[in-house]
Amino acid sequence: MGIGKCFKMAMATIWSSKVRSFLTMLGIIIGIAAVIILVSLMGGLTQQLTDMFAEIGTNTIQVSITPRNGKKVDPDEFYKFAEDNKNLVSDVSPYVTVTGTLKCGTENETGSVNGVSESFDKMKMMNVEQGRFIQYSDIASKSKTCVIGTYQEEKFFGKGQAVGKKLKLNGVPLTVVGVFEQKEDSSSVSGDDAVYIPYTTAIKLGKSSVVTVYTVNAVDEEHVEAASSAIKQFLNKKMGDEKYYMVISMKEMIDQMSTMMNSMQTVLVCIAGISLLVGGIGIMNIMLVSVTERTREIGIRKSLGAKQKNIMMQFVIEAGTVSCIGGVIGIILGALVAVGAGKLLLNTTITPSVTSIIVAFSVSVAIGIGFGYLPAKKAAQLNPIDALRYD
Amino acid sequence: MPPLVELEDVYKIYYMGDSEVHALDGITLTINRGEFVAIIGKSGSGKSTCMNIIGCLDVATSGSYRLNGKDISNYTDDELAEVRNKMLGFIFQQYNLLPKLTLLDNVALPLLYAGVGDNEQKERAMRSLERVGLSDKAKNLPTQLSGGQQQRASIARALAGNPSVILADEPTGALDSKTGREVMEFLRELHEEGNTIVLITHDNSIAAQAERVVRITDGKIVYDGPAEGDELVSKQDKAGAV
Repeated sequence: MGIGKCFKMAMATIWSSKVRSFLTMLGIIIGIAAVIILVSLMGGLTQQLTDMFAEIGTNTIQVSITPRNGKKVDPDEFYKFAEDNKNLVSDVSPYVTVTGTLKCGTENETGSVNGVSESFDKMKMMNVEQGRFIQYSDIASKSKTCVIGTYQEEKFFGKGQAVGKKLKLNGVPLTVVGVFEQKEDSSSVSGDDAVYIPYTTAIKLGKSSVVTVYTVNAVDEEHVEAASSAIKQFLNKKMGDEKYYMVISMKEMIDQMSTMMNSMQTVLVCIAGISLLVGGIGIMNIMLVSVTERTREIGIRKSLGAKQKNIMMQFVIEAGTVSCIGGVIGIILGALVAVGAGKLLLNTTITPSVTSIIVAFSVSVAIGIGFGYLPAKKAAQLNPIDALRYD
Repeated sequence: MPPLVELEDVYKIYYMGDSEVHALDGITLTINRGEFVAIIGKSGSGKSTCMNIIGCLDVATSGSYRLNGKDISNYTDDELAEVRNKMLGFIFQQYNLLPKLTLLDNVALPLLYAGVGDNEQKERAMRSLERVGLSDKAKNLPTQLSGGQQQRASIARALAGNPSVILADEPTGALDSKTGREVMEFLRELHEEGNTIVLITHDNSIAAQAERVVRITDGKIVYDGPAEGDELVSKQDKAGAV
């Protein structure tokens, strides 16, 4: 008796008790769908975050310093270090954050403004569409100028109206000299929500006179690590102890994030796996009931010459078919939900990975065969006499 | 040619706690090709155990069983399944048709397990159904048929594999007397065509229709000979009521 015949028999049995078969499948459907959804969404999220970081620049190294006992690193010192390490470091910008209220006319908003150097736009690959970016002369003269994103442009001035106008930061008027190109949808907290001023101006307007954060660009991605260690050496000399500074490259951050996302995914998939296990036990339970119910059928089949392997195959394939169908439904359901949720929650198009689909399908087949084995063995070993007498 | 069925000093002992129950207590029985034998006995006499052993559904505790000259006393479960499949055809009191299969599929079952190809299965099963006059019901489910028709279908199934022995266990037990007579008539026809038939019954009037009667009481054979020789059976009118 071939597998094809067993499969046909299994389908007939499943079809003849539709509700029960569906309820049995439900455990597998939910388990597989959960795995597919979680894997797809985590994949989408990781991709989105990676893209976000990549946009910031994978060459970028973030340096933060905790000044103490008069030990600090001045911008001039940092620039000199960069000059000395031209083969590793391409650009440096101090990064000074000033928080406060932005105001123009009746519109006002609490936010933060960042003081940067004239090379910051290049480092972050930002394009100024109207006007110009901060220039060296602004830095040198501590000029009260600013470059804004399209969010601020639209909020305070209206499209194309900003350049030349004044925007007040904590009451100090700043002249808008440039507007960045629109990156996203000009909404708040998007890439279009940004105000940059010369870092020298920021130092003057801010509370602290010390620059504690620097953004450094390595010459290329391959030199990020070398540049990082050069910076660490330099800071170690200046600050004395590695407790007082932190150097982290975007690459490291992406790696750290991926590691974190991966372990999170593993935990979530394990939780979803529990429901798969429960589904498998459900199949085993139903198959055991089915063996008891069909004892007489098994007896008849054995009396007509069915061997143990025939009975065994019949039940294993039946269990396998139930969980296979459940698996396929689960994959389809999971993929649909994942795509829908990706659109709604992450605003990206998620494609469930082929690997996860193949793995999910194999797991459901394995569950059916694995959990069907015991009941099938029980059925196959029934004594024909007892089975025939069973009512 | 060796006899078809040879039981020699067969015991079947069940252990219930400390006591032994001898369901078969030293049975020696030979059945030749073409015979129509009725094994008769009251309920609990051991006749069903005897039929189960002849039908390879059960194994004896001791003694030997040769079927067609081959000693099958020590066969495994699967080997016995093959013997049942190739050499034996069963007719049960409760018909034992699978309710979810059509008549054709039911009749084809022994052929399926014999490894016969799909088309040949259908063809042979159909011929078997024609034989019992049910070819027009091939696509029906057993539950759509009367008891007599179901029993005829089960006879068709027993015949499909072309067995050496047809074992009928109380074949008329669940039927009214008219259909019971028809079934017995059919078994007699099969016998006349040269089939070997072993009939198990508790009913003297049924046994009277066989040529040879084996009476079992308390696990022992108390009579083995022509139907006319048995006191109780000979009193029955052979052509009479069932």
